[in-house]
Amino acid sequence: MAHDNASAFTYAPAPESRAVVDIAPSYGLFIDGEFREAAGGKVFTTLSPATEEVLSEVAQAEAEDVDAAVRAARTAFPAWSALPGAERGKYLFRIARILQERSRELAVLETLDNGKPIRESRDADLPLVAAHFFYYAGWADKLAHAGFGPDPRPLGVAGQVIPWNFPLLMLAWKIAPALATGNTVVLKPAETTPLSALFFADVCRQAGLPRGVVNIVTGDGSTGAALVAHEGVDKVAFTGSTAVGREIARTVAGTRKKLTLELGGKGANIVFDDAPVDQAVEGIVSGIFFNQGQVCCAGSRLLVQESLHDELLDALKRRLTTLRVGDPLDKNTDVGAINSAEQLARITALARTGEAEGAERWSPACELPDSGYWFAPTLFTGVTQAHTIARDEIFGPVLSVLTFRTPDEAVAKANNTPYGLSAGIWTEKGSRILAMAARLRAGVVWANTFNKFDPTSPFGGYKESGFGREGGRHGLEAYLDV
Amino acid sequence: MSERLAVLKTYKLFIGGTFPRSESGRVYQVTDAKGGWLANAPLASRKDARDAVVAARKAFGGWSGATAYLRGQVLYRVAEMLEGRRGQFTAEVAAGSGLSKAKAAAEVDAAIDRWVWYAGWSDKVAQVAGGANPVAGPYFNLSTPEPTGVVAVLAPRESAFLGLVSVLAPAIVTGNTVVLVASESAPLPALSLAEVLATSDVPGGVVNVLSGRAAELGAPLAAHRDVNAIDLSGADAELARELEVAAADNLKRVLRPRPGTSWTADPGPERMLALLETKTVWHPTGSLGASGSAY
Repeated sequence: MAHDNASAFTYAPAPESRAVVDIAPSYGLFIDGEFREAAGGKVFTTLSPATEEVLSEVAQAEAEDVDAAVRAARTAFPAWSALPGAERGKYLFRIARILQERSRELAVLETLDNGKPIRESRDADLPLVAAHFFYYAGWADKLAHAGFGPDPRPLGVAGQVIPWNFPLLMLAWKIAPALATGNTVVLKPAETTPLSALFFADVCRQAGLPRGVVNIVTGDGSTGAALVAHEGVDKVAFTGSTAVGREIARTVAGTRKKLTLELGGKGANIVFDDAPVDQAVEGIVSGIFFNQGQVCCAGSRLLVQESLHDELLDALKRRLTTLRVGDPLDKNTDVGAINSAEQLARITALARTGEAEGAERWSPACELPDSGYWFAPTLFTGVTQAHTIARDEIFGPVLSVLTFRTPDEAVAKANNTPYGLSAGIWTEKGSRILAMAARLRAGVVWANTFNKFDPTSPFGGYKESGFGREGGRHGLEAYLDV
Repeated sequence: MSERLAVLKTYKLFIGGTFPRSESGRVYQVTDAKGGWLANAPLASRKDARDAVVAARKAFGGWSGATAYLRGQVLYRVAEMLEGRRGQFTAEVAAGSGLSKAKAAAEVDAAIDRWVWYAGWSDKVAQVAGGANPVAGPYFNLSTPEPTGVVAVLAPRESAFLGLVSVLAPAIVTGNTVVLVASESAPLPALSLAEVLATSDVPGGVVNVLSGRAAELGAPLAAHRDVNAIDLSGADAELARELEVAAADNLKRVLRPRPGTSWTADPGPERMLALLETKTVWHPTGSLGASGSAY
């Protein structure tokens, strides 16, 4: 049988084994070192978004459960905060090591519950999770040298609410600095991705972490609202949508609670006509299709210099035809499933709006699985600043392409958003990079790269993308009484 | 021979580098500690507040883009100008706050010294608050602080001059621009400070000064979509809560009031840091290969 070129280069399926992870049929809340049922006895299911298969049943925490978790954290606080920093740090080092040991298991679990490609959970999420704990472990006994005074004090009980796009990584971003600085925590994972946080509870158990220092309450938005409003909480940290962030800011107004928010974005990825086109294409793809575009700092607005537009779009479309969309557990998959039916509906509706408002829609030919939540990589050309898809965060694999002529126009368009989380710059001219970087109102600027993260590197937004920084020395401040 | 009749000053607002009356035409009586009449101060309106925000936004690009060295010199110039007007400010603070002449003079001196203190911070805060991040990969990675933008400041009700300077100077030294609401009961030092700022090379619009009711002016400022941060030092607990709720609309950075703040204590860098954003820039470093200098 003769092979044509296309079939000669097709991939055979290369699925990662899910035998490495053992998901129990049901999970309780992790409060005071033990799993327990919710007081009201309510449960909800969590699905694999790639297949709609039910993975497990999880307890729905209500106000009474949240109260028990906060009281457990309060009880644990005096001893935990009084531990010598070096001892606290050793617990965090233990956690980091156990996360490394169990990283394959947790990567498969994350991919099952979230729908992201195993290549990403294995090569990005899990390594960053362990690294984050390793990094903050080292701060625990060095806080006096961190620039927050000779004896910076923890705040008390931290109430933390995290999103579904990077479930375990967002947990690490929240819990590692909180524990290193001597706080105790009550964390609520997202409704659609509770499992890795519950597995993390087991990591804490293996590490011998004292009871009550970390408490995990699963549930929907009402659980998060109860946690944020609880009087026993001294610190609220939230990552998620700007709309919910606003609501939280109103809730904590007039209280003693310290607040940090990491919210939405509409990042501009700016490509000048002297940019290395192939590298820029890779950066654009990573910027908007990494994690199916469900990334707050996604480069969802491509600003391309007019003279490069046609060449860049040709190269970009060529590249998109090679993206492999499908089974997230397949090691060759580039783009996995959308996390939930609700999110898929939102992406679908916004894409329709893009068409209705006159932008030109394009997707590569790709076959989507019959079950599960899927959305083909999509780009819109002919987008103007007035279009909804240029203004609203889509949080999906949808790129809006706009053009500019001068650097000033690029800056004006990039900054023309209430958000200010991320931006990208592609040019070979060093002085232009620095001039642009200085004028972009965004917390993270990637030049000739995109979507890079590191525990040492502060991350967070300007304007309505929130306030406070996570990562690095800056990340300590959110959990210290300064 | 009759005694010479003093020339009284008409106190005015300070918006965009000019001294308008309130667009509303309103004034209110400012009295000394014993209830004696001192002056009619403008009773600024919501429209004045909005005009002040426009002026502050317009000034932001230039002021935040100025070199740190220049901003430091401008703040130092404010101290120089104040030093020459110690007598005037001492008299105003004494009258408005009911302090003895000696205590008022001490407050004015401390305020002048505070300008000098913050002037020196302009080109140091970036090294304290920023730095290189040792990321695990071939990337240059640098975090630098930047001003958050337009800051609304409700000046402390007490300590009408030292408190005022202690909240204003840390906001502008890093490149923010400010809409300042003076102490309601003792606004005269703030309005006179505007005259000093106007002759100290502070560009118009960098500081805008309003006098009037904190609640009336705080509401439009807290809700304003083009204000990036609000310092609630001069709000009581109830007003502070209301304004913090309004500020959530566009996720302003909020500095809550800290009752019992000692304005004479070493302020530390906190007020500057609270009004700064951190920007982190990444760039690949590439590689020159394995061979390198043995040194």
